[in-house]
Amino acid sequence: MQLTGAQALLESLHREGVEIIFGYPGGVVLPLYDAMFADKRVKHILVRHEQGAAHAADGYARATGKVGVCLATSGPGATNLTTGIANAYMDSIPMIAITGQVATSLLGRDSFQEADVTGITMPIAKHSYLIKKVEDLPRIMKEAFHIARSGRPGPVVVDIPKDIFVNKLEYKYPDQVDIPSYKPRTEGHPKQIALAIKAIQAAKKPIIYAGGGVISADASSELKELAEKCNLPVTTTLMGIGAFPETHELSLGMLGMHGTAYANYAVTECDLLIGIGARFDDRVTGHIAKFAPNAKIIHLDIDPAEIGKNVRVDIPIVGDVKKVLQALLAKIGPKEKHAPWVDQITEWKKKYPLAYKQAETIKPQYVIEQAHELAKERDTIIVTEVGQNQMWAAMFYQFTKPRSWISSGGLGTMGFGLPAANGAQFGRPDALVIDFAGDGSIQMNIQELTTAVNNRLPIKIFVLNNCFLGMVRQWQELIYDRHYSHTNLCNNPDLVKIAEAYGAVGMRVSKPAEVRSAIEKAFAINDRPVLVDFVVAKEENVFPFVPPGQAINEMIID
Amino acid sequence: MKHTISVIVENKPGVLSRVSGLFSRRGFNIESLAVGTTEDPSLSRMTIVVAGDEADLEQITKQLYKLIDTLKVFDLPADKSVQSELVLVKVAANEKSRVEITQIAEIFRAKIVDVAETSMTLELTGEESKVEGAIKLLTKFGVKELVRTGRIALQRGSAE
Ligand SMILES: Cc1ncc(C[n+]2csc(CCOP(=O)(O)OP(=O)(O)O)c2C)c(N)n1
Repeated sequence: MQLTGAQALLESLHREGVEIIFGYPGGVVLPLYDAMFADKRVKHILVRHEQGAAHAADGYARATGKVGVCLATSGPGATNLTTGIANAYMDSIPMIAITGQVATSLLGRDSFQEADVTGITMPIAKHSYLIKKVEDLPRIMKEAFHIARSGRPGPVVVDIPKDIFVNKLEYKYPDQVDIPSYKPRTEGHPKQIALAIKAIQAAKKPIIYAGGGVISADASSELKELAEKCNLPVTTTLMGIGAFPETHELSLGMLGMHGTAYANYAVTECDLLIGIGARFDDRVTGHIAKFAPNAKIIHLDIDPAEIGKNVRVDIPIVGDVKKVLQALLAKIGPKEKHAPWVDQITEWKKKYPLAYKQAETIKPQYVIEQAHELAKERDTIIVTEVGQNQMWAAMFYQFTKPRSWISSGGLGTMGFGLPAANGAQFGRPDALVIDFAGDGSIQMNIQELTTAVNNRLPIKIFVLNNCFLGMVRQWQELIYDRHYSHTNLCNNPDLVKIAEAYGAVGMRVSKPAEVRSAIEKAFAINDRPVLVDFVVAKEENVFPFVPPGQAINEMIID
Repeated sequence: MKHTISVIVENKPGVLSRVSGLFSRRGFNIESLAVGTTEDPSLSRMTIVVAGDEADLEQITKQLYKLIDTLKVFDLPADKSVQSELVLVKVAANEKSRVEITQIAEIFRAKIVDVAETSMTLELTGEESKVEGAIKLLTKFGVKELVRTGRIALQRGSAE
């Protein structure tokens, strides 16, 4: 059939199973928006800033496991997407970013709203395309989706000049992708798997360190089976939260800079560290030479380049986490309880539990605990901004399911939470979506409240308002002699009024006794977003804290 | 330690910048880079000389493979490959020095590709040590301009 490039793009999105895209119009994408006027099979959500589009697509992808799609015009539209693209890249989130570009005849002439998008995004995208002939569009879309979701997932940028949207082609969507230079290896090498089994059987103090790869590979049940079969304690990274139930007796919670003391001690003491879909990031390892110093390391990952990148690895296994774990489970026998090790961990857990002190003012941790109490029976998705709010949510909410935790891990992007919560709610309309926010972060993409209001998204925004850029203030307190340089937000606007101005519900809570009822009230609203401004203790710190550059067992515990 | 690596990539626009961008972003230093098409015009071969230890080489290789357009990456150790470089060097010359420069050219099997009143241009090819040796001898005449292709290399037939 004869289609214009714009129609062909929509047709291709439809064939890829895309139900929703997040975008913002502009000059060069006008032909595409015009085609959307007629073809409504793919729902378009108008955001209020392109960064919001990218984060919404990202949040949608994290909540559903599908590819998120965002769209922006050339130049400033496209550059506004970049933070979102980088964010998705760091956390290996499947995403397609479609950007309009100036017409091919104007390329390279500093034309109005021209920006070299493929150039700008090269280091922050898994791959990118600039479509120069309309005939290439179907193949490129097919490849882009394949690349975004296969292997180690990631964002793919497709830059489309204006004339390509207008030109006609004889449309045929390829059924198959053939990229000779891109064939991700998914099966683990049997020899390596055998070595891993031997090491697990021989270990006296084994531990699993699981990352976001477990979730993207949909391998939580395999992880649980392995942990239970061989009595392996499990600690997760920030990205791995939800991969293993935190209510499980083998769970150690999160490790690293704000990890639990028992996870950090266990990693430091273990004799076998089984890294699964994780990348030994510096926030996890602390002083790298002192990380798991006595351990043999097994590293299972889909991305060969992760093996040996940050730490020496004894038994690398490259492959899809789910497939490799299945192969491993088929061969491995049960393992004894290695009692002294389990006892030791139990003792650490008793001695150093996550804790905080109650006070007259609301403690942020208390808000999170209460939210957990009230939400735990429901299908809940916790989204966060970045900073202390994020760490407290990671620590004090108890996660039991994959894709119930959405947070900007690798890039640590303030302003991610609200648009990502929107995207998550679009992806899972029946879920209870809570965005834990800081008073700094929430103001970074506050305009996305409009998107939520217009679409009647019942997201809950719980601002832990400490009148500070809290996490930065904490570092200033602990590392820079309490020099609170430019971190005081005492002139914050009235967030309740802001919420109301946007057409959302706004509430303020300042007493611990009111926290629970406010949360209940917020949960009961289901036709629009709610922002609750929790006025919390100003100078509360996130503990444990591993100061930068220290070994992870050298924590400040309180 | 210097390594010579060969990278076979799709011959597409932007691939060179993907590869060079990767080196700078990951903090690997390119000593030289030579690019051209292969026996198959849809593919390019990049010969890259890079300094680093074995672990660096492994990371570089893996990161290169991670680029969607990369088909093959291999290390070309000196003893298992033929390596060569082409250099054009313009040296100051006068009636007196011309004879001596010509002799040096002969010894190094360099071609004299241009002779002018005040200069001569030599085309040198061969392995690094030979090329360096010739350049060293030519310096005393005054090197006016010099251009190098960077190393290219192929696996020896016996090493395939
Ligand atoms: C876009 C962006 N800019 C700056 C930072 C650096 N940063 C990290 S945490 C933080 C403070 C966040 O403050 P707030 O949102 O109020 O959260 P809190 O830590 O108080 O919970 C800042 C500025 C960042 N992560 N992202």
